[in-house]
Amino acid sequence: MEHSLRYIVLFAVAVCAVCSVFVAVADVSLRDRQARNRALDIQGQVLALAGIPDVDELTDDEVEKLYTERIEPRIVTVATGEYVEGAETKDWDQQKVMKDPDTSRSAPGNAARVRRIPTESIIYQVKDEHGGLDAVILPIQGMGLWGVLFGYLAVASDGETIDGITFYEHKETPGLGAEVDNPRWKALWPGRKIYDAEGRVAIRVKKGIAGPVDTDPNQVDGLSGATITSRGVTNTLAFWLGDAGFSPYLTRLRAHGGSH
Amino acid sequence: MAVGNREVLLDPLFNNNPIALQVLGICSALAVTVQMKPALVMSIAVVFVTAFSNLSVSLIRNYVPSSIRIIVQLTIIASLVIITDSILQAFVYEISKQLTVFVALIITNCIVMGRAEAFAMQNKPWPSFVDGVGNGLGYGLILMIVAFARELLGSGTVFGYTVLRPVSEGGWYVPNGLLVLPPAAFFLIGVFIWAVRSWKTDQVEEEFHVGALLEPSHEGHIR
Repeated sequence: MEHSLRYIVLFAVAVCAVCSVFVAVADVSLRDRQARNRALDIQGQVLALAGIPDVDELTDDEVEKLYTERIEPRIVTVATGEYVEGAETKDWDQQKVMKDPDTSRSAPGNAARVRRIPTESIIYQVKDEHGGLDAVILPIQGMGLWGVLFGYLAVASDGETIDGITFYEHKETPGLGAEVDNPRWKALWPGRKIYDAEGRVAIRVKKGIAGPVDTDPNQVDGLSGATITSRGVTNTLAFWLGDAGFSPYLTRLRAHGGSH
Repeated sequence: MAVGNREVLLDPLFNNNPIALQVLGICSALAVTVQMKPALVMSIAVVFVTAFSNLSVSLIRNYVPSSIRIIVQLTIIASLVIITDSILQAFVYEISKQLTVFVALIITNCIVMGRAEAFAMQNKPWPSFVDGVGNGLGYGLILMIVAFARELLGSGTVFGYTVLRPVSEGGWYVPNGLLVLPPAAFFLIGVFIWAVRSWKTDQVEEEFHVGALLEPSHEGHIR
C-alpha cells in the first residue's frame, strides 16, 4: 500500500493524539491516589523509624492518625541548627526546596554527590507517650549505584545514638543493593554511635560483618554483593551528619536537648 | 491463519514459548526474577501490555502506512506502558517501587514489539488480543518458574514466606548467593529450554546454516 505524505503525517498525528488522551486520562485520574500512596508510604516509614511496631499492618487511616499524634514536623535552619518558629510544614516538599536556588545553595564537593543543600530543612520530632522528645528524624539522600537513595535517619534525643535508618526510595538492584530496605539489615543500626572517641563522624557501612553495638559502635555490616550501595550509604551519612549537613543542629541537640 | 483461538492462547506456553523457543524478552527475565512477587506483578503487566498493544495494532493494521508502522507500534506500546506504570503506582504502590524501572523497560521488551509486528499486523483484533495474552502468559510462566527457583534457593523463601530458614535467621539453610545475581537466570532459562526441547523434540533447531536466517519463517527472531 502506498500512502501520500499527507496521509502519513496525519496518521502519525492522530495516533499521537489518541495515545496522549489515554495517557493523560490515566495520569490525571490516578494522580490523587498516587500522591496519597506516596504520603502514606513516607508517614509509615517515619512511624516505623519512630519505633512504632508493625506499621505494615495498620490501616491507612490508623497511619495518618498515629502520625499526627506522635510526629511533629519542624523546620530547621541548616547552617545554624536553629528551629524556624511558626514555619508551615504541611505542604513542605523537601525535594522542591533543595532544587530551588532561592531556598538552597550549592553543596561543597562530596562523595555522596549531593548537589544542593537546603537553607532550611524539614525534620521530624518524635514524641514519646508523655509528649517529651524521644528522637529526631533527619531526611538524608545520596548516590547509590543506580540512582539516588532517599531516606531518613533517626537520631535519639542525645544527639549521637542512631535509633534507626530507612530508605524509602531507591533504584538499587533487587536482592542486592535493594537490601538497604531489608528490615533485618535496618535492625543492625539502632544503638550505633555517630561519632568516634574524638568526636568525628565515624559511622560507616563496612565491608563484611561488624561487631556488636557495644564493641563496634561505629560500623554496620556491609550489604553483600552491593559494595557501591554500601559505600553510598556511608557517603550519604558522612555528608548529612557533617558540617554542611545537620552537624550544627545535632550539636545544639546535644547541648540543649530538643527544646532549643 | 486457520488456527483456533485456543491454540493461539496455549501455544506460547510450551510449543512456541516466547522466551524458551523464540528467545525474546530475556533482558527483563534476568532482572525481575529474584523474588516471586515482583515477578508476578511484572508478568501481569506484560500480559496487559502485549494483549492491548496487539489489539490496538491489529485494529489499525489496515490503515497504518508501512513506512511508519514500527514507530506507530512503539508509540502505542509506550503509552500502554506509561498507563500500566500509573496503575501500579496507584494500586500496588509497594511493589511498583521495586518494579518501576523494569516496568518502563517493557517498552523495549522484544516480545511486545515482536508480537505486534509478527502477529497483530496480519491478524484480526480478537485473535491478536488472545495471542498477546498467550505470549504474555508464556513469558510469565518462565518468569514464575525462574523466580521460584531463585527465591527458594537464593533467599530460602517463596512469595516472601520462609520455607528454608536461612542461617542468618537461626536456621540451617545457607542461601546460594549466585542465584540472587542476574546470571543465575541465564542458567535457569538454559536448563528450562533444554528441558522443554527434550520433551518436545521438534523444537530442536536444525544445524545452523546461514540461509536459515533469511527465510521468512524466522519472523520470531527479532532481537
